[in-house]
This record gives sequence, C-alpha cells and structure tokens, in this order.
Amino acid sequence: MSSPHVLTPGSSVSRIMLTVLAALLPAIAAYVYFFGPAILISLTLASITALAAEAAVLRLRDFPVKYFLFDGSALLTAWLLALSIPPLAPWWLIVVGTAFAIVVAKHLYGGLGNNLFNPAMAGFAVLMISFPSFMTHWPTPLTLAQHTVGLGDALQVYFSGGLPGARLDAVTMATPLDTLKTQLSLQHTMDEVKRMPIFGTFGGKGTETVATMYLLGGLFLLRKRIITWHTPVSFLVALIAISAFFNSVDASRYATPLFHLFTGGALLGAFFIATDYVTAPVTPRGKLIFGAGVGVLEYLIRVFGGYPDGIAFSVLIMNAAVPLIDAYTQPRVYGHNTGATP
Amino acid sequence: MKTLHKFHGGVHPPEHKAESNGLPIAAAPLPRRLVVPLRQHIGAPARAVVKVGDRVLKGQMIGAADGFISAAVHAPTSGIVSAVDLHAVPHPSALPDLCITIEADGEERWIEHQPLDYLAAGRDAVRARLRDFGVVGLGGAVFPTSVKLDPCALKIGTLVLNGAECEPWITSDDRLMRERAAEIVEGIKIMTHLVQPEQVLIGIENNKPEAVAAMRTACRDTGFQVMAVPTQYPGGGEKQLIQVLTGKEVPSGGRPANIGVLCANTGTAYTVHRAVNHGEPVISRVVTVTGNVEKPQNFEVLIGTPIGEVVQLAGGAKTGTSHYILGGPMMGFDLNNLATPLAKAVNCVIAASPALFPPKPAAVPCIRCGQCAQVCPCSLQPMELFWFSQSRNFDKARGYNLFDCIECGCCSYVCPSHIPLVSYYRFAKSEIAAQEREKRAAEQAKARFEFKQLREEREKAEKAARFAEKAAAAKATAGAEGEDPAAAAKKAAIQAAVERAKAKKAEAAAQAAGQCDVTPMAAVETPAESLSPCPLPPTGEGDLEPLRDGSLNPTESP
Ligand code: SF4
Ligand code: SF4
Repeated sequence: MSSPHVLTPGSSVSRIMLTVLAALLPAIAAYVYFFGPAILISLTLASITALAAEAAVLRLRDFPVKYFLFDGSALLTAWLLALSIPPLAPWWLIVVGTAFAIVVAKHLYGGLGNNLFNPAMAGFAVLMISFPSFMTHWPTPLTLAQHTVGLGDALQVYFSGGLPGARLDAVTMATPLDTLKTQLSLQHTMDEVKRMPIFGTFGGKGTETVATMYLLGGLFLLRKRIITWHTPVSFLVALIAISAFFNSVDASRYATPLFHLFTGGALLGAFFIATDYVTAPVTPRGKLIFGAGVGVLEYLIRVFGGYPDGIAFSVLIMNAAVPLIDAYTQPRVYGHNTGATP
Repeated sequence: MKTLHKFHGGVHPPEHKAESNGLPIAAAPLPRRLVVPLRQHIGAPARAVVKVGDRVLKGQMIGAADGFISAAVHAPTSGIVSAVDLHAVPHPSALPDLCITIEADGEERWIEHQPLDYLAAGRDAVRARLRDFGVVGLGGAVFPTSVKLDPCALKIGTLVLNGAECEPWITSDDRLMRERAAEIVEGIKIMTHLVQPEQVLIGIENNKPEAVAAMRTACRDTGFQVMAVPTQYPGGGEKQLIQVLTGKEVPSGGRPANIGVLCANTGTAYTVHRAVNHGEPVISRVVTVTGNVEKPQNFEVLIGTPIGEVVQLAGGAKTGTSHYILGGPMMGFDLNNLATPLAKAVNCVIAASPALFPPKPAAVPCIRCGQCAQVCPCSLQPMELFWFSQSRNFDKARGYNLFDCIECGCCSYVCPSHIPLVSYYRFAKSEIAAQEREKRAAEQAKARFEFKQLREEREKAEKAARFAEKAAAAKATAGAEGEDPAAAAKKAAIQAAVERAKAKKAEAAAQAAGQCDVTPMAAVETPAESLSPCPLPPTGEGDLEPLRDGSLNPTESP
C-alpha cells in the first residue's frame, strides 16, 4: 500500500451527493406546501428513470453496476431536472428528459466525471426545445387555485393527461417570470403587473419561499464545504449587478434585482447547478468567471430571450467554455514567479 | 514577536501523538547483530573500509564518505564484521542494498572520543567532521549536513530549525526537544557558526507546548527565536515551514539557499552537537514505536537494529497487526521484512491494524470536486496531474508542474473518490526519469559512435601520413631532390594532429554522457525536501549527476 495510509474518515462521492440531495429537501417541502404534492410524483418518476437508465448503461459499459449505481450522482441529476421542469406534466416528459440526461449527456460523454455538459440542464434543454408547450405550465399556488390538486388528481394528470371536472388550465399557469415578460410586452408597467395576485412580496407567490429554501440549502452546502463560495457569489453578484443596471435605466420595464434573485431558477442555479463539480471549473478564479458568466447570460436570456428562464441555457453555454476557463486561470504554483531564481 | 505567515491548503489528520509522547526516551538494549546500510543518505553510498573478519570498535568508521555528496557510516557497537553484502534496507523501493553486518561482542568498546573546538578549527574542518561522523538530515530526507551547511557563495540570512513534526503519530522530535533541548541548542550554535545567519528561527507546531517551552528555556540569551506554528499538515515540510516563518517561497527547482534560507531538523542539530563537541558519530537515533503495540514509546536505538526487535521494545505488536509502516501515515511506506535494519532516516515504526488504518475503499472516477486543489500546499491542480499521469501524457503532467509536487499526500487524503493520487505522481515521475535516462543513453551511444568514427578516420590519416613519410624517405634515399614529398608528409602529420584533437573532444563528450547512470534508489527518492546541492565540481564521479538531473532539479529542462 502506498502513502498516504489514511484517508479522510467517511469522505466519499456518495456522501457528497447525498448531502446535496439532503440540502434540497427544505425546498421540496416548501414546494409541496405551496403547490401540492405533484412535485413528489415528478421526483419519483425522475429517480426511477435515472436509476434504471444508469444501471442499463453501466451494464452495457461493463461497469460494476451495484458499485456505481448508488453513488447518488444519477439521483442528483434526476432531482435537479425534476425541480427545473413543471410538475403536473405527462409522465413521459420527465422520463424522456431524465433518460436523455443520463444516457446521452452523462454516459455518452464518458460517464461520471467526464461529461462536458451538466446532464440535468442538457435534459432540460432537450425538453424545452422539443416540447415547449409542456414546459410553460406550472401549478398555480394553492392559495390562488380554485381547485386544489391532491395526490390522486396529480397522478391522474401525470398518467391520463387531464383532470375530470376541472380543466388542467385551472390549476396551472405561467410562471411569474413568464407572466412578467408577457405583461410587459403588452405595454403594462411594472407596477400594474406586480399587483397581479401571482406575485408575492418580492418574487412570485410561493416560488419566493421555495427560492429562499434553495438559498438555505446552499448555505448548508457552503458550511459543509461541499461547495465553495466562488460560484454562487459571483453568479448572484453578476445577476444583481446587471438587473440593477437595467432597473435603474427604466424601472417601469425592468424588474428589481430582488425579484430576479427570487424567481425562476436563480438560487437553485447558483447553489446547486452552476456548482456541479464535473461541469464547472475547478480553479477559484475560473469559478468566479463561470458564475458571473452564468449570471449575466441568465439575465439576458430571461429578459431578452425567447425562453421564460435562462438558467439551463446559460449553464450549458458556460459549460462549453470550462476547459478554456480552467486552462487560463491556473493558480500560481508554490515557488513560481516569486522573483527568486534557483 | 515575528508574525507568522500561511501556506496554502493543508489538512488536519487525527494527530495520535498522545499515545507515545508521555514517556521519556528509553535506551534500547544492545542487539546481537547489527546490519548497517552503506547508503543512509542522499548521494553516493559510503565506501566500505572494513572487510569480513575485521574487529571494529563502537563508533569506528566502517564506510567512508565517497564523493562530495556523501556521508560516512559507523559501527554502532564493538564486534566483528561478519558480512559485507546485499541486505534488505528501509526504502520504499524494497530493493536490497549493500550493508555491513557486525556481530556484537557485547563489550561496547568505544573509539577514543575526540571533540573538535569548532570555533578554533576552520569551517571546512567542521564540515569534514560532520561528513566523517555521518551527520545527515534526520527529518527524513537524510541529506548530508556537511553539504547543506556549505552555502557556497550564497548569503544565508535565516537559519530555520524544523521541529514542527507535522506527521501524525510521530513524537521523536517532540521528546528529543523536551529532554535534550540544551544539546540541540549547542548544535544550532555550531550551525550558525558555519553559515553566519542573521536570524535563527525554530519552528515547532503548537501541539507540542512542552517542547516549545523547553526550547524557549534553552534558547534564552542566544537570540534564537522559538516560534510555535499552527498545527497543520504538512507544516513541517521544508518549503511550508520556510513559508510560514519567513513568508518567502523556495523557487521552483531551487533550494532554500536561493532565498537566503537554510533549513535543518532539530534532531540533526542534536547529532551535530554530539559529533563536534563529543566526538560521537551518528550510531543511534530516537525512533517512535507506536500504533498497535503494547506500550508505545520513543527509544534511542542503534542504527542497524532489526526493526522486528525495535517493535519488541514497545512490548511487541498486539493481535490484529496487519503490517508495519515506517515513517508517518501521510508519507511513510510499508515495511516488507522485519529483519530490515533501522537506518538514520527512520523516525517512526507504526504497527498498523485494520482498526487503526482501515483498508482504503476502491477508487472511483474523479468528479473534479476540487478538494485536492484546495488542500495542496503547493497550489497544484492534483486532479489535472492525475488525469495526465494516468493517461501517460507526461509532457502535460510536467506542464502542470508535476515536479513541484512534494508527495505530501494531502490530495489523496481528502479525495472523495479515494484515488491513490500520489502513486500516480510517483509513477509519472519515475517514467519521466526513465525517459530522460533513455534519452541520455541514446545521446551517449551517439557520442560513442561519433568517437569511433573519428578514431577510424584518425587511424586512416595516420596510416596515410606514415605512408607518405615512408614514401618521402624512400625518395630521399633515392637521391632525388623531392620537396613535394616532404611537404606532403608535413601536411599529413598536421592533419593527423587535428583529427587527434577532434577525437579527444568526442571522447570527453562520451564521458560526460556516461556520467548519468541513475542508480535505482536515487531515481525513486522522494523529494520531501528540496535537495539540489551546491554546484558540484565536475569531477566525473558519475553517480552524483543523476541526483541533479534525474530527481533533484527536474523542472529545469521541461
Ligand atoms: S479530490 Fe479526487 S475526485 Fe476531487 S477533484 Fe481531486 S482527484 Fe478528483
Ligand atoms: S501530494 Fe503533491 S499534488 Fe498532492 S497535495 Fe501534496 S504536493 Fe499537492
């Protein structure tokens, strides 16, 4: 056996992945509280699909299935995807997205540790491009819905595509971000739009609490030293800076930084997606650049682009630049460029 | 009080110092037989100066320093030389090496002790004393102290004494500092006499308050500063300790003297004192015996004692002992054979059990979590080094500064994928060294070939010259007034001389290339300390070269 003869007790890939999954639980709880149990069905479907796809590919690739299957990485991909797409969608939507994430984005690129693109976001992008109509209907916050969607109803939506008695439209709606964009394009001012019941104190009703939970989960990961501060901080600072700039230019057309922070996938993205080890830079300066890049792109896409939210595309675009970013942000090695010569 | 600086990264493995630091250093009994390796230091092995059947005294030189970077070895007790042959030695390569075996006669008859008045003797005489009394760095790298304390033309501003002892489990320096601080300080005085530094800083990790206190007391009125440094592995690495104490970094590929610093271990200072002030060569050392043994403790053990007997000193290994580790758990290596003798470099023997050292889980792919880079004290990117080492892309690995890696093991320690990263770096380093060797061998062969060609040409020319001379002579005797033939003979002679000169040059080149046979041990030596020696005299003593080219200054020629 070669040195070192000791390892950090208890440290393992699965422990990291499970900690990240645990950090998502408060947000999931808030999700259920505000939007009903449908998200649980999404998470379950995604998890089963991810594990099945992972097992199948591992077997095909002649990897020890049991050994890798439970490292938690596939499960994390599944959850991130499930949390990014609308619940109350047909079952095959999440299944197709997850399968693509695992089989193509992860394993065709070489499997754990080798994939260039964030698998969950790649799965999201495929769904967004292929099935845009399903990707814009989100459940209405329970406090606003005339009809509450229980677990039974939700199951019906997933597997038979509709609800008896109440039309699906009655329990779903566009997201606050989407609403804002549509309303603003109809020449309504920010103040008028923000008075709509879908908006909460500083973000969307319900979604702002879920976002707060993502923030708390992210702080937990920081504390556990699973992620470093660089990516989330640069991401959020960039998002705040650019939204503050536009907001100061024309407050009636551009929402406040706070609104942008607490709507859509901003906080989920900052702490859970842009921090994905495999597809983000490893150098501290690289992480700063990457986070800032995602933050700016996220804003530009969600405000000026054709999609309701920009997190997936901004992450994917920046993913492609990661090898380059890493190469150009190497830290100074001990004893190099100190002025002293050997 | 000077302010302390920080080094990047580092880890905090469980310290396990309390097991062995409570009891004083105990003297080990005399073993029946001692096996003394001739190579107990970096550089050329000592040359045996005794033969089988010789009677030796305790402290008598049995191996003489051979070359500039070398140190002598001595008989640890009186007795009879029973063998000069290959024997297992404590080295990670597990290759046997030349050793001198002495059957103890039990009388412990000493050589005559001849203290040296170092203030009166010239500095070179003191350095010669250190070399001939086998004084080498006891921090693990065993670099000959006589060479280290010869800064050549470089001005030394700071002498750093390393008493950090950052590796878990090891407490030998701790005990030595607690019990023999005054003698250590005497040794430091000799060192300062040799290198004349402006300041002397003694770095001790703050998990050893008793050692800090003892050293502070002993250093009163000397001007030496004892600094308690934060406990953080590898704070006792030469480069890291220098950085913490001075804020300066040893340049890549260089040595501390390049920034006006010399660094030596406190244990070394102790042996300097014994060698100079008492005329006692290095024939014993303090070693921690700990881990899964009955009574962990430090012992002063004669060099050459079989490690199996060293383990017995601590009451023997308890049940469940699976193997033994020499050195600490972060940088030590497995012992293959309990008959292996203790050498100067061995500061700790750990009896390992699955409970204390759980088997490592199988490695999984790197997930680029970056934890390795966060803890690397050299600010390297271990995951990139790993990637390029395992894919045998050695040029790239070099580009990511593979040779700045000190093999401290911090990266492996934190890696959640349990990748044996350091093994990959060692593999890549030795592969690169092998490639360099091949390259040099090829150059050497080319030089030889050219030399042969030149020689053949020269012989041809000489033949022609002789022929021309003969012809001229023949013509002269024939009575003809031939000026032409004489001129031709002269020309041929000049030509021959030119060829001879050329051939000589080629011969020299071939020899230079021939200096580079890397000995297997030197090639796998881990650069725990920066070891590049002073510019060496071009003596043509081949085995010194590889240390500069192969493993010591490897970053110079990427
Ligand atoms: S710690 Fe291990 S898994 Fe993480 S980046 Fe380094 S080598 Fe890869
Ligand atoms: S072993 Fe080398 S790469 Fe790993 S942490 Fe130590 S210096 Fe850095």
